[in-house]
Amino acid sequence: MSQNTKRVRYVLKRLLQAIPVIFAILVVNFFLLHLAEGDAVDVLAGEAGSATPEYMAQLREKFGLDKPLPVQLVVYLKNVLSFDLGYSFRHGMPVTELVLDRFVPTLLLMVSTIVIAVGFGIVLGLLAAAGLNTWKDNLISIFALITYATPLFWIGLMMIVVFALKLRWFPTSGIENVVMFYEGWDRVKDIAHHLVMPTITLSLFYLALYTRLMRASMLEQAGMDYVITARAKGMTERRIMFVHVLRNALLPVVTMAGVQVGALIGGSVIVESVFAWPGLGMLAYEALFARDLNLLLGIFLLSALLVVAINLIVDIIYSFLDPRIEVS
Amino acid sequence: MNTSSATAPLLEINNLYVKLPAGAERSHAVEDVSYTLNNNEILCVVGESGSGKSITARAIMGILPAPHVHVDKGKIEFNGEELTTAKESRLREIRGGEISMIFQEPMTALNPVMTIGKQIDEVIRFHTKIKKRDRRERAIHLIASVHLPDPEQIISSYPHELSGGQRQRAMIAMALAMEPKILIADEPTTALDVTTQAQILKLIKELQQSHDTGVLFITHDFGVVADIADRVAVMQHGKIVEIGTTHQVLNNPQHPYTQSLMKAVPSLVPPAVRAISEQQELAVNKLTKTYSSGGGWFGFGAKARVVHAAQSVDISLHKGETLGVVGESGSGKSTLARCIVRLINAEEGSIVYNGVDLRPLNRAEMRPYRSKIQMVFQDPFASLNPRTKVGRIIADGPRILGADAADAERRAREMLNLVGLDDRAFDRFPHEFSGGQRQRIGIARALAMDPEILVADEPVSALDVSIQAQILQLLADIRERLQLSMIFITHDLRVAAQVCDRIAVMRLGNIVEMGPTSTLFKQAEHEYTRELLNAVPGKDWRPQASQV
Repeated sequence: MSQNTKRVRYVLKRLLQAIPVIFAILVVNFFLLHLAEGDAVDVLAGEAGSATPEYMAQLREKFGLDKPLPVQLVVYLKNVLSFDLGYSFRHGMPVTELVLDRFVPTLLLMVSTIVIAVGFGIVLGLLAAAGLNTWKDNLISIFALITYATPLFWIGLMMIVVFALKLRWFPTSGIENVVMFYEGWDRVKDIAHHLVMPTITLSLFYLALYTRLMRASMLEQAGMDYVITARAKGMTERRIMFVHVLRNALLPVVTMAGVQVGALIGGSVIVESVFAWPGLGMLAYEALFARDLNLLLGIFLLSALLVVAINLIVDIIYSFLDPRIEVS
Repeated sequence: MNTSSATAPLLEINNLYVKLPAGAERSHAVEDVSYTLNNNEILCVVGESGSGKSITARAIMGILPAPHVHVDKGKIEFNGEELTTAKESRLREIRGGEISMIFQEPMTALNPVMTIGKQIDEVIRFHTKIKKRDRRERAIHLIASVHLPDPEQIISSYPHELSGGQRQRAMIAMALAMEPKILIADEPTTALDVTTQAQILKLIKELQQSHDTGVLFITHDFGVVADIADRVAVMQHGKIVEIGTTHQVLNNPQHPYTQSLMKAVPSLVPPAVRAISEQQELAVNKLTKTYSSGGGWFGFGAKARVVHAAQSVDISLHKGETLGVVGESGSGKSTLARCIVRLINAEEGSIVYNGVDLRPLNRAEMRPYRSKIQMVFQDPFASLNPRTKVGRIIADGPRILGADAADAERRAREMLNLVGLDDRAFDRFPHEFSGGQRQRIGIARALAMDPEILVADEPVSALDVSIQAQILQLLADIRERLQLSMIFITHDLRVAAQVCDRIAVMRLGNIVEMGPTSTLFKQAEHEYTRELLNAVPGKDWRPQASQV
């Protein structure tokens, strides 16, 4: 069997395995959210100010919140199967539409963050390991330590103060300048301009993490037997570092990055709030306080799908990087 | 053998000192070492671990772990060219081009994420200017010359897709890519099975003769020396204690250290037969253990891989007897041992100990018998918990069996004395001990449980030959004093010959032959047993000292 058919078979197998995982996530999420006190009706009634118990009961009946939990669950699962994630009372929009609408900015933020964090992390870690115990190594290590130790929200606020308010290099918030009605390339440029600060803020922490991991991994690999073999073959130190050690050292970084993509969604809640980035994170934050359970469930489902998909992608990348991993 | 030839030697080392970093066990890894290597000659450098034999080889290649370890003084002349002061760029030309090296563990010495072909190609590309297609031709030719099947397939394989022996062959092909004048082989067969070792030794000898290469062969095994060497240098504590032709050194060693090393090499001639009681203590019947992986849920029909680690194995052990289980890696001998101790559960068969079948017993039912069958493990470094004091390691067993703390401690101290360790070892951590001492601790731990049967899984294969001799002596003493029965797992037929009363030969989960040691060594019935016996390095050489 060729390597490619094996890979296709592997992807199919993983997709099938994902079905029970997602089902379990759906059920757990549903019950978790119902553990919380209060429902959408409480919030709506609270905001309206003068809701009679009769009116609240009427609302509950309308939303189906008066039925026993298992029935609600079955209804929910049925709806999910037909791609209907329900209706957000808060936003007055179908959840599917709302979530997909907010998904794009978040995806944009996540992808740019991963690319920057992993890319620069690998380069910096490589440079630090190559110049072990020189000023380069020290500088990079100190930079990594400081960014590693600084809270996300503080970096975000400071960046707004320095680069947006004082220097006026970047806009303070939002995803684009709506009043300018940009189109085509101008719009892309505008969004990219808005993207810079949130991305840097979110990626700094992970950048520090991958820098340290890459440095440690490079140093560990540099002590392996095959490095001595390469040296005994007459290879230059440069080639040993960049050809032999690098690829082996990448493996743990890729693993780690794959695991952390899920955590990135959590991190994006803070960054999206700070920069008013209209993404899933901010939406989740709002939905949580509005007790908008349908919306929250929709966000959770989408995040779960995202994590499952990314894990699969990472595993496939891994199988290309490390021939010892068997995709079967 | 052209030791008397008038031409200048290929390699000449003069009064070499290699400095170790401050705080090391000694100031120099290598002290005042001088030897020469001639064209078309195999010089074996023999010594125990830490004797400086590998460091000398690395010094020749200029690949010492800089900057901590470096050449202090002395000369290394290669064809009249001084290597210790040579420029790095010149050294790179020499490495892999004129002097190349192969290593002990071909799995780790090859880059795991690069194909064999690419790793060979690299050498040729670096040292010549020939075109890609020609380099490929050459790589394929090289692979064929080390007798690997299907060279086209091999060059596109990754190291993990080959067997240990194949990897070492690929490594040799890579080392010979530029037809070097010197091949340095650093324990190239130590990690291999005995039959594979014999093949690799033959290959090295064959290639050395056809290419007129000078081979510097580093080993700890006098059997290998006897098979392959033209001349021998013996190293101890960084110094050369004796150097001469193989015949001189092996059959008439002058230095006391060499003599003691020879004495420690177990002889292939089994000692006189011991009288063994007729009483059967343990009987293993039709024991079967299979491992499977893959398949299962969502397997899409992918076949599960099934390994039959033990297939209907029958062995019996008499009271006071030592039964050897001999086989190559993957033969299932360790699985068998672990099944008997009930560390892993066999699927079928019975393990009858004094009339009780232990195999189906559950945890609680097994408890009274746990102490009766105890195990000694192979790796004395990995098998002792590094965070636990030695005293506790030993006393824990009796305590779990219900002894109170004071009794358990007394027993632990008693056991330490029994295995020849000082009482003070009680309060120390395992890392403070040498490999041999740790193996003694492992034995003390097993004995503290007051076992009837000791299952020893390769208890001496991680140890140097002189330490090995001491541990074997200790096991023999204990066996007599405590009237222990022993199942002794080993891959080393020399050890088996000296220790075991009967031997069972295992291959691919089956026992192919079983019989009294002397009979087995004299007239093996099964072809595989004969193959194993033939592969023992230095089988025609009888160490003088141990013939007494």
